[in-house]
Amino acid sequence: MPTENSVSNQSPILEVRGLKVAYGGIQAVKGIDLTLRKGELVSLIGANGAGKTTTLNTLAGVVPHNGGDILYAGQEIGKLPSHLRLRKGLALVPEGRGIFTRLTVAENLQTGAYTRRDTDGIAADMEKVFALLPRVKERLNQVAGTLSGGEQQMVAIGRALLSRPQVLLLDEPSMGLAPLVVEKIFEVIHSITREGMGVLLVEQNANLALEVSERAYVMEGGRVTLEGTGKALLDDPKVRSAYLGEDIEELAAA
Amino acid sequence: METFLQQTLNGLVSGSIYALVALGYTMVYGILGLINFAHGDLLMVGALVALQTVTLLNAAVPGLHPVILLLAGVAVAVPVCMAVGYLIERIGYRRLRNAPRLAPLITAIGVSFLLQTLAMIIWGREFHVFPQLVSTTPMEPMAGVVVSPLQIFTIVVAFALMGGLMLLVNKSRLGRAMRATAENHRVAGLMGINANGVIAATFIIGSGLAALAGVLFASNYAIAHYAMGFTPGLKAFTAAVLGGIGNLPGAMVGGLVLGLVESFGAGYIEHLTFGFLNSSYQDIFAFVILGAVLIFRPSGLLGERVADRA
Repeated sequence: MPTENSVSNQSPILEVRGLKVAYGGIQAVKGIDLTLRKGELVSLIGANGAGKTTTLNTLAGVVPHNGGDILYAGQEIGKLPSHLRLRKGLALVPEGRGIFTRLTVAENLQTGAYTRRDTDGIAADMEKVFALLPRVKERLNQVAGTLSGGEQQMVAIGRALLSRPQVLLLDEPSMGLAPLVVEKIFEVIHSITREGMGVLLVEQNANLALEVSERAYVMEGGRVTLEGTGKALLDDPKVRSAYLGEDIEELAAA
Repeated sequence: METFLQQTLNGLVSGSIYALVALGYTMVYGILGLINFAHGDLLMVGALVALQTVTLLNAAVPGLHPVILLLAGVAVAVPVCMAVGYLIERIGYRRLRNAPRLAPLITAIGVSFLLQTLAMIIWGREFHVFPQLVSTTPMEPMAGVVVSPLQIFTIVVAFALMGGLMLLVNKSRLGRAMRATAENHRVAGLMGINANGVIAATFIIGSGLAALAGVLFASNYAIAHYAMGFTPGLKAFTAAVLGGIGNLPGAMVGGLVLGLVESFGAGYIEHLTFGFLNSSYQDIFAFVILGAVLIFRPSGLLGERVADRA
């Protein structure tokens, strides 16, 4: 793992300044700043409706924004449609996984490599994905809709990796999965960042997210209200009471 | 028995043409949830453009082999139809992508009128004789069963096109992108697939098939006319619904079944109604089937999902 210093010295691969998003008549994101460096795992935590998923969807180009800049490797990408952002190296694993349920697992993975023409490189990356996610290899010829939730999440991550992204946006990869599967998925996320990819993770499970992240942002009502290293936020009493479910104990103690 | 074999053959000829047109309906429905009612008229455009090409070429260079004339007609009709299909989507439907379902549907009907009217202005209201470029000299491989080289040609070409389309959709990169886009436009975009490009490709492929179906249809009936696309278009739509709209094998099965039912119906309707109705009522069968499928099995023969969109 890169040390804190080597990471923070780089210029960010993804930089968001004053991002505003209106969604269905509501200002869902009210001007937020985020940075992400290569090899860094950063999480975005907060309650339901805080604007976390909207933020990721906007970064990936699924939802348009109405203010602020999105800089990828120093270039403004805010006006590009999602398929061109992927070509630059920005991939999103959407909430609910977004597996093509009628395609086989192999076809789902091939779809991930859609923009690439380097047959050998794709084959090599497939092998890497299989090494990282052996379950995916066992299920290659199965129609993806028949997989379990955890397997689908693995296919979704493997599929995103096959586009060879520099930045991976992950929306709630733990949603609806058994604790053991969640653990496995977080191991995978960890090894991805070790290879130099920047990962921005949206997680409902704040405890888990903060434990594995180098840095984190706390979102509330469309704004970033707190930011810091994962460890610092884990120890922050405000975070503990609001997101780690310790308010009841504290009230009882008082 | 002779009647049975003869009607099976006739049914396969018209059924394979319906199947080609039905594929265009079902591909567009699968990816956009839109019934492109102008699709039948592309068959007409294909037939009339081919006829025009053949006529002009024959006048310019008399004495060309009919096969060369046919290939030239196809070589012009297919790209023209592809361009028309692309323009319909680009100008008409794309901007209605997020409009209420009824808007693109009504636009499709409008486009159908537009194509027919333009064809009427260009080619007039009269029926044109479509030349016999493939021999129609009847052969009698067994007593009482008559088959022409044109009929065999029609079935062979249609099946080859269907096989080619299945390969394209199931094995190629474009086909994978089409299936991915059909399932989820948004996620397809996240995979780097340009959904607009894939949708345009779908219209272009469907229109090319319609052009070829038009040439086959006009060859078999020896006639071309500005409104000739309406009835086969409606029947192909029936075939697509019968097979399960959105389902490619369904469109093929639906087309063939419809062709066979119609043909058997035409062959036996006089016996069945004790002479009250004759074979000129054969169009009844397509629409009785359409009604019955919509009532009893709206998802069609091979469809999994019930069609819940206009």
